[in-house]
Amino acid sequence: MVRKAANTVYTMWLREMLRFWRSKSRIIGSLATPFFFLVFLGPGFSSSYRLPSGEPLDNSFLAPGLIGMAILFSSLMGGVSIIWDKEFGFLKEILIAPVSRFYVALGKAVGGVTTSIIQGILILIIAWLIGIKYNSLPGVVASIGVMFVLGIGFIGLGIALASKIESHEGFQMVMSFLTMPLVLLSGAFFPITHLPGWLKLLVYANPLTYGVEAIRWCLLGNSTIPIIYSLAGITLFAFFMMLLGGKLFDSMEI
Amino acid sequence: MLYAIETEGITKKFDDITAVNNVSISVKPGELFGLLGPNGAGKTTLINMLSTMIEPTGGSARVWDFDVKKDASHVRQNIGMVFQDTTLDDRLTGRENLDLHGRLYDMDSKHRKKRIEEVLSLVELSDRANTIVKTYSGGMTRRLEIARGLMHHPHVLFLDEPTLGLDPQTRNHIWEYIKILNKEEGVTIVLTTHYMEEADHLCHRIAIIDHGEIVALDTPEALKNMLGGDVITLELENPDNIPRLCEIYKKDGCASIVSRKNNDVFITVRDGERQIPHVLELASDAGIPIRSVSLHKPTLDDVFLHFTGRAIRDKEAGETERVGYILRARRK
Ligand SMILES: Nc1ncnc2c1ncn2[C@@H]1O[C@H](COP(=O)(O)OP(=O)(O)O)[C@@H](O)[C@H]1O
Ligand SMILES: [Mg+2]
Repeated sequence: MVRKAANTVYTMWLREMLRFWRSKSRIIGSLATPFFFLVFLGPGFSSSYRLPSGEPLDNSFLAPGLIGMAILFSSLMGGVSIIWDKEFGFLKEILIAPVSRFYVALGKAVGGVTTSIIQGILILIIAWLIGIKYNSLPGVVASIGVMFVLGIGFIGLGIALASKIESHEGFQMVMSFLTMPLVLLSGAFFPITHLPGWLKLLVYANPLTYGVEAIRWCLLGNSTIPIIYSLAGITLFAFFMMLLGGKLFDSMEI
Repeated sequence: MLYAIETEGITKKFDDITAVNNVSISVKPGELFGLLGPNGAGKTTLINMLSTMIEPTGGSARVWDFDVKKDASHVRQNIGMVFQDTTLDDRLTGRENLDLHGRLYDMDSKHRKKRIEEVLSLVELSDRANTIVKTYSGGMTRRLEIARGLMHHPHVLFLDEPTLGLDPQTRNHIWEYIKILNKEEGVTIVLTTHYMEEADHLCHRIAIIDHGEIVALDTPEALKNMLGGDVITLELENPDNIPRLCEIYKKDGCASIVSRKNNDVFITVRDGERQIPHVLELASDAGIPIRSVSLHKPTLDDVFLHFTGRAIRDKEAGETERVGYILRARRK
């Protein structure tokens, strides 16, 4: 039983890895945005903006935000790619096999989160090469753990959306109305200490905020939201999203 | 086990239409069984129920002695399926597609590797196995899907329109593979098609399905013999004359079955070549102008026409569907 479940999860993971490997150019492309942000936006910001602590708002502030953004994009995409599997038929091949749908979804999630983490780590390395100092090695390792939990959350959300959306036209709309607000309302690009009330409400309702704050804490040792709340926030988010995604995927009509 | 597949009054209702209505069929182990019917007849719905992809709304079915509702997982373990539209991962290579399939069916590594080579050589794709599926032609895609359906040694293989949209030469090729695997691997095959030549050429027995119901079921020869002879098609100058002409032929007794479509009248006669002059004479005696005459030896198309009053070709939308699908896949 356990071996069979593990086998299903592994098979789905393996497929994601094979596809990931085939889309190397896309991965390099996805690194362009964070790279340019670090090279151009960071120096631009640090010359004119100050953090409440008085230090300049520079790349070390931006990097955790960029990692959070990359995790959001690639995880959501990973989950939503079920729409493609549905539209191009491969989903039928999986669903007719004598395997449990739940483990199929889980394998898909684990595969998606692996690719997200790889992208997160690449940004981590780029930022380091550009000159950002990380607090400690255990901190860096812990940030990868945060990426995992955050990634699971957004993949769960992606799977849930994919199970409900009929075609990739609907998907385009959902993606643009979902990702930009999530990124801009997350404190990825501005400190969240002195926000007006309405904005603060939105920012604190955004799961990405807690992810970015937790990564920031791990890498730099400081954050606005205490680490324990950030961790609780993303863990709860991941748990409920995976539950929701698994449930909707299970009841999805082919 | 007497039958590989046995259904009893199996039925599928979608909101307002009954796609499959009270179908009872039995397929023997090792048989190559065909479901022949026009687009929308309910073929896909029927084999989707047999393969546990969708649940019947009525009746029951057993596949390899397992109930499709209660024992879906066992049914799945024992069947292979080639869907109407392709279900390969076209970003992966042929071999990777087969490998993932073997893993999903819990085949161990050694067994998997050996079987991959076997099925690849069966469909003659060994030399293209390491290229991305996206670069495959329609025929190669089909062959790979058939190979994949066979990977896990299923007892029953379902093929939904296996040659839809393929050119005649490729179609002939696929037919040969289907015959070989039925004979050499001994696998029971249920295929759906709306190409009567395909059903005629391949199947041991054929069920003709229309509007979700089986209208006839027998060997191709027996089905054709049921028509009681050859079919003469008469094209009339004026369709208004059709009822009168039909009446004349019925009264004369030279033709046993008379039906019509647009300007054409179809009559069934014994020994068609010798009957044509007589048939034309009757028409000209009645002053009914005939534009053209042709003679068919009976085909399954005629059998279909006989049982449903329509030609199976009337509803040929499948081709455009397939092309649309391929275009969509290319856009990706
Ligand atoms: N999921 C569905 N919902 C509603 N109607 C459907 C669905 N699937 C098939 N049908 C209808 O059922 C009928 C039979 O379809 P199908 O089994 O695909 O026919 P065939 O495979 O013989 O072309 C058609 O009228 C089709 O429109
Ligand atoms: Mg069909």
